[in-house]
Amino acid sequence: MKSLEDLEKKINSELTTKINNTEIKHNQIYIQTDKEDMVDVAIFLKTNQDTKFRQLIDITVVDYPEQNQRFEVVYLFLSHEFNQRLIVKYSIAENEVIPSLTSIFPSANWMEREVFDMYGVSFKDHPDLRRILTDYGFEGHPLRKDFPLTGHSEVRYSEDQKKVISEPVKLEQNYRNFDYESPWEGTKYIKEEIQNNDKKN
Amino acid sequence: MTKKIKNLNLNFGPQHPAAHGVLRLILELDGEVVEKADPHIGLLHRGTEKLIENKTYMQAVPYFDRLDYVAPMNQEHAFALAVEKILKIDVPIRAQYIRVIFCEIGRILSHILNVTTQALDVGALTPSLWGFEERETLMTFYERASGSRLHANYFRAGGVHQDLPKGLEEDIAKFCETFPKIINDLESLLTDNRIFKQRNVDIGVVTKEDALDYSFSGVMIRGSGVPWDLRKSQPYDCYESLDFKIPVGKNGDCYDRYLCRIEEMKESVSIIKQCLAKMEKGPIKSLDGKISPPPKAEIKQSMEALIHHFKLFTEGYRVPKDEIYTAVEAPKGEFGVYLISDGSSKPYKCKIRAPGFSHLQSMDYLIKGHMLADVPAVLGSLDIVFGEVDR
Repeated sequence: MKSLEDLEKKINSELTTKINNTEIKHNQIYIQTDKEDMVDVAIFLKTNQDTKFRQLIDITVVDYPEQNQRFEVVYLFLSHEFNQRLIVKYSIAENEVIPSLTSIFPSANWMEREVFDMYGVSFKDHPDLRRILTDYGFEGHPLRKDFPLTGHSEVRYSEDQKKVISEPVKLEQNYRNFDYESPWEGTKYIKEEIQNNDKKN
Repeated sequence: MTKKIKNLNLNFGPQHPAAHGVLRLILELDGEVVEKADPHIGLLHRGTEKLIENKTYMQAVPYFDRLDYVAPMNQEHAFALAVEKILKIDVPIRAQYIRVIFCEIGRILSHILNVTTQALDVGALTPSLWGFEERETLMTFYERASGSRLHANYFRAGGVHQDLPKGLEEDIAKFCETFPKIINDLESLLTDNRIFKQRNVDIGVVTKEDALDYSFSGVMIRGSGVPWDLRKSQPYDCYESLDFKIPVGKNGDCYDRYLCRIEEMKESVSIIKQCLAKMEKGPIKSLDGKISPPPKAEIKQSMEALIHHFKLFTEGYRVPKDEIYTAVEAPKGEFGVYLISDGSSKPYKCKIRAPGFSHLQSMDYLIKGHMLADVPAVLGSLDIVFGEVDR
């Protein structure tokens, strides 16, 4: 498709019920779909003559711990033919297993392993779902918002045992997270009040 | 009589000089033929994305230097562009030229390192000795502009940190005159070299289709004949106004990728020359005082400037709620930043898309059926730097 507007129309008319919402901003098109429809959407985007999103650029997850459906899975696509970028998203709850795209895009393999490693989201039909970036025997999923920045354990070489050992983190000084919120702009409850008043007016 | 033959498992790295960093590659060998390659990465994982979530936008910039540490500013560029697009601020024209000059210097830095060390891996020592001298010159340019040879921390949302010091433009111009001769010297050592060709031609061939399927970008996809360069197709900063060519390979083997890199260095020199010719005096960062800190001299005089300086370096500027994916053509391929802001002064999420990650992933596909001796040649031509693969 030549323009993003045409592409948006095309996707909406072809995939109808599989698409929940589309939006164009920053010269990219953002699509909301469902977990069950992701594989169909990916196949359509890759093979259709008018879309030709031949490259899967990246897969990632965004963690919103306060929401019911905690994780938002994000797929970035690129079409060389039409020079367009497209972002597909859907939300899942914490222990949901999502479909793998490895059979459609071979490059999804490591990207999904990274998501599994960093967020603990499992993929169905993934050929080789192992941790990728963290250490052998690592526990936890570091990019979740509830994982502390300092981590849980640290490694050092022990002169007594003559080997590398893992221990709980001991910091000389705790990580200091200062609140830099500007006092001149009012504290949080005042700001909310101002916003509410703005809405009313 | 039949004998049972067991395949040999070989650990290539993580301390192998040709592994270009900390790669542990587990090879399954049948005699000298590689049956399977399983790269184990993550030995240099530092949790960059997690750290960025806990830092202000300005504090996040230095982490980008530490990704692909042979071309630091190209990565800062992707982050700066992402923040600029969300903030909707303009970059002064002089800052755009400065940024492009240093991105192209980064490209030359990276390509010299790659071409010469790949040659080293296949047995040629001299190119690295000649090439590294030029890298040293280029890194002094980095140092004069930013104060640091490698970890520049020079680009900011809205421009660059400070203007170029006196005389630097002239020295870069002088370099542009002398450098093409060095490229020719390197070429005279390698391009028609019988041994170099025997080690590279028809090794690690990537077809067009596979280059797309495996999410290749940069030289890896251009070497296979796909004319795709983000500087041309999705131009950012002042690339639109510059005149340059995109070298494209034909066979998709290691040798074509080498040729592409050599040609790209020549194009980079021409881009730098054009920028230097077009550059005029002017501001080098956004004039928005809520984003760019005030000059040091003003802080001594003006209360307002002092307050802004303090607020910008403690709280940092706030970025409205939005999300964006921005990519630049880094020397190694498409380097992207997927940034989600939530209205505070820290990014909610910053996913870094490193080109080397998808390139290394295809190692098994590239090396299957090749000889053990081809592993360093292919690995070298992938142009892997572990800073960005492991993040």
